[in-house]
Amino acid sequence: MIIPVLSYKYYQRSLQYKKNIKIQRFQLEYKSYNKMDVSRRKFRQEQYSSINYHHSEYERRGSFVAACSAFRKIDVDQYNEDNYKEDECGESQSPPSIEALKTVLRNAPISSRNQMVKDAALNVVMQVLLSMKSSQIEEAVNALDRDHLDILMKYIYRGFETPSEGSSGQLLAWHEKVHAVAGVGCIVRVLTDKKRV
Amino acid sequence: MPESLSFGIDPITAHAWNKDRTKLAISPNSPEVHIYHFQRGEWKLEEILKEHDLKVTGIDWAPNTNRIVTCSADRNAYVWTQSEEKKWKPTLVLLRINRAATCVRWSPLENKFAVGSGARLISVCYFEKENDWWVSKHIKKPIRSTVTCLDWHPNDVLLAAGSTDFKVRVFSAYIKEIEDRPVSTSWGSKMPLGLMMAEFSNSTNGAGGWVHSVNFSSSGDRIAWVGHDSSISIADASKGMAVSVIRTDFLPFLACLWVSENRLIAAGHGCCPMLFEVNETGKVQFAGKLDASLKKETSGVSAMKKFQSLDRQARTETNDTSLGTLHQNAITSVCLHTGNKANATKFSTAGVDGLLAIWDFSNLESAMRGLKFN
Repeated sequence: MIIPVLSYKYYQRSLQYKKNIKIQRFQLEYKSYNKMDVSRRKFRQEQYSSINYHHSEYERRGSFVAACSAFRKIDVDQYNEDNYKEDECGESQSPPSIEALKTVLRNAPISSRNQMVKDAALNVVMQVLLSMKSSQIEEAVNALDRDHLDILMKYIYRGFETPSEGSSGQLLAWHEKVHAVAGVGCIVRVLTDKKRV
Repeated sequence: MPESLSFGIDPITAHAWNKDRTKLAISPNSPEVHIYHFQRGEWKLEEILKEHDLKVTGIDWAPNTNRIVTCSADRNAYVWTQSEEKKWKPTLVLLRINRAATCVRWSPLENKFAVGSGARLISVCYFEKENDWWVSKHIKKPIRSTVTCLDWHPNDVLLAAGSTDFKVRVFSAYIKEIEDRPVSTSWGSKMPLGLMMAEFSNSTNGAGGWVHSVNFSSSGDRIAWVGHDSSISIADASKGMAVSVIRTDFLPFLACLWVSENRLIAAGHGCCPMLFEVNETGKVQFAGKLDASLKKETSGVSAMKKFQSLDRQARTETNDTSLGTLHQNAITSVCLHTGNKANATKFSTAGVDGLLAIWDFSNLESAMRGLKFN
């Protein structure tokens, strides 16, 4: 009974050892990669990521190799320190105004059949909704008319479907304010409307 | 305080009054129809009509000829006439439909009635004297889905039908065997059977919902309908088919009824009848809730209720499980009680909670301040 347990432990250790070897090998390769010039790098990258190479590796080693060659497809230049650019959008902008919300709701692609357009619009609306401050929400909701409130409620529910970090809480705050103004009828219209946002 | 009658715990799917409002026909969500008679101050069960096999979906009582027509999910309709011994005798109506019947209405002159069905057609039925039975003619053409509600125009020829394809249509149900040529109305002049005079969509901008109820006003120029997207709409034929819609904040309505040329009642899932008004420009506006008075009475005895709930249910919070309205569940049908569509003083509502309430406008007037009743 003890012997199989011990051998299992050793087996696990050996797997870990193999993994470590793979990681070390990768790190070594990466360092030597950096020292090459760009054209040679790209050439080598293409070579290594070709299927022929994978096959020969597989036959030579007789073990699971294919998965660990994915690193060869990475464009390492983008991770070069010199090329690092500051994140341009986001924190430097002021929180979106009520006008931004109105614009985005007015142009909502409800009649569109293209799912990509709708997804893109959803992302924009989510950005606007999640970045507006809690104090602004009530003011924004009071500034909208009934049709826009219906569209806003549709986006709120659509936003609930794909939650991200802290989004549901913010959306719930929006939901409460819209419900206070537009009542249950607004929610009923989200459910009965054939044209999804 | 509206008068309320409880008919047990089963939902009331349909109800109809006789001419002098002493008798009431209701269907408690079953294949039976119960006839109640008001005798010596209370409502007594007079008779149970048991002819249908499946749930009865619609009842209508013709006031002048004293006939009841019932339609059911078993694809049949029966016309009941009262014999000399005061017993109701059924006569089968050949609807020729292959799906359930959903609603039935006698025409204003009571020589024919219309049945809406899930077979995507309306059966207009009239009595053929030679063969001594009821025959039907079908209106099919542009109907794409189940017909959920019907109402007749006062001229006995035009019929409005609401359907689950989000449309309200006005048809001509002129049967040349039994009636003369109709005169032209604001809906049109030529009216052969089955011609669609007008079509209104409940889905402007894509937002739509099933049409739950449709109603002609007393003059026949206006038509109101309620849809499942919580909207209530009015179309006016005398103003060139102008449509006015409001998308309300309430839960969807299931029934609507004109009580004067400018006012209408709508009731439904919100369990409370609402009054809507049409102003001079033809726009419809919310006028008020007709059940506001009851909420005040329930908030009085909170201390008593607190101890009661602590004693019975071992909980200290007193959140009421009962609604603040008279009806505790959705209202399914609204019927005129006293008066006519031009000037109604009382109307009755029946709901899923088994309650039938009769609302009186004169009482409601004092409860609703700030409203002018002309």
